[in-house]
Amino acid sequence: MIDEQSIVKVAMADLNVAGPNGILRTTGLGSCVGLTLYDPVAKIGGLAHIMLPSSSIAREGQLNLAKYADTALPVLLNKMKGLGAVQARLVAKMAGGAQMFSFAGAGDTMRIGPRNVESCKEGLQQMGIALIAEDTGENYGRTVELDCSTGKFTVRSVQKGIKEL
Amino acid sequence: MELFKYGREVKMDVLKEVGNIGAGNAATALSRLLDKPIDMAVPKVQLLPFKEIAESVGGSEQVVLAVFLRVEGSAPGNLFFIMSPEAGKNLLQNLAGIEVSEDEQFSEMELSALCEIGNILAGSYLSSLADFTNLSMTPTVPGLAMDMAGAILSYGLLQFGEMGDDALLINTTFLEGQNEVEGQFFLIPDPPSFAQIFEALGVPLEHD
Repeated sequence: MIDEQSIVKVAMADLNVAGPNGILRTTGLGSCVGLTLYDPVAKIGGLAHIMLPSSSIAREGQLNLAKYADTALPVLLNKMKGLGAVQARLVAKMAGGAQMFSFAGAGDTMRIGPRNVESCKEGLQQMGIALIAEDTGENYGRTVELDCSTGKFTVRSVQKGIKEL
Repeated sequence: MELFKYGREVKMDVLKEVGNIGAGNAATALSRLLDKPIDMAVPKVQLLPFKEIAESVGGSEQVVLAVFLRVEGSAPGNLFFIMSPEAGKNLLQNLAGIEVSEDEQFSEMELSALCEIGNILAGSYLSSLADFTNLSMTPTVPGLAMDMAGAILSYGLLQFGEMGDDALLINTTFLEGQNEVEGQFFLIPDPPSFAQIFEALGVPLEHD
């Protein structure tokens, strides 16, 4: 079975979806959030590597929807529906949103991690998708994987080793 | 970037010189601290997609030691001094005479010493740059982290993130002896700072 699985890499400010044989993977999450959605019946998963909390701060011409928490979620959802996922069955897991450096009197930019997490939670709530597991905050980087055959979400970090959620 | 439509070559060269001056002074500072010659590679000025930036330090999951400072003043930006954990151990042994353990672990004392070394180097990088451009550039108190390169560097890309999916960075590598990479400086000016730097150095922004 293992050799039939294929790893789908998701880069920073990008998103992707996979069917039952896929493992979605994104590396080096710092203040970014790795947000996953999973349909346990159809075994379809989606992963977004979100960099910023809200597209309202964007000053770019052509908006990269995968980069912002508020725009990535609807895109991810639509792509998953395209593969046959059903919104009412979806559950969410996420990791990241760390504060890698701490400074006295740090401005808003430094708090970007927690703001990304908050924004993802708001989005999920609006869509009525339950967040069933998270490993967020603190001060370390993470690599995450969503195994679409089981919905198992693995979080790897330098300091804390491997966690399964 | 819009700013580079006209006179791209000249502007890239100017930024290379910015990296050269900053890192050159930092290399001199390090060389004095260690009492050893330190070489420096020619600075690279690159406009890179976010996902490729961590590749220049060995990939997104590569564990690195990083000192990070936010630059404040009239040309704000982010400055990283990045080294491998082994280079960090070498630096501690050679410079501070600290007996380091063989493993990958660092004590609080060792980390604090590295942060201070990074702070000294970054300080000399910035002050030479401020002198050269006549712009005010003041570093914040430095932060140190040992973690995945992707997680660390993404912190310096947030200002660019609001503008697009690439960042312009000035990267200079230190070498000690043959090919041993001692450390890398990444200066990532905030997007609006480029115009400030060019103006300060008399580089025309557009057609005269």
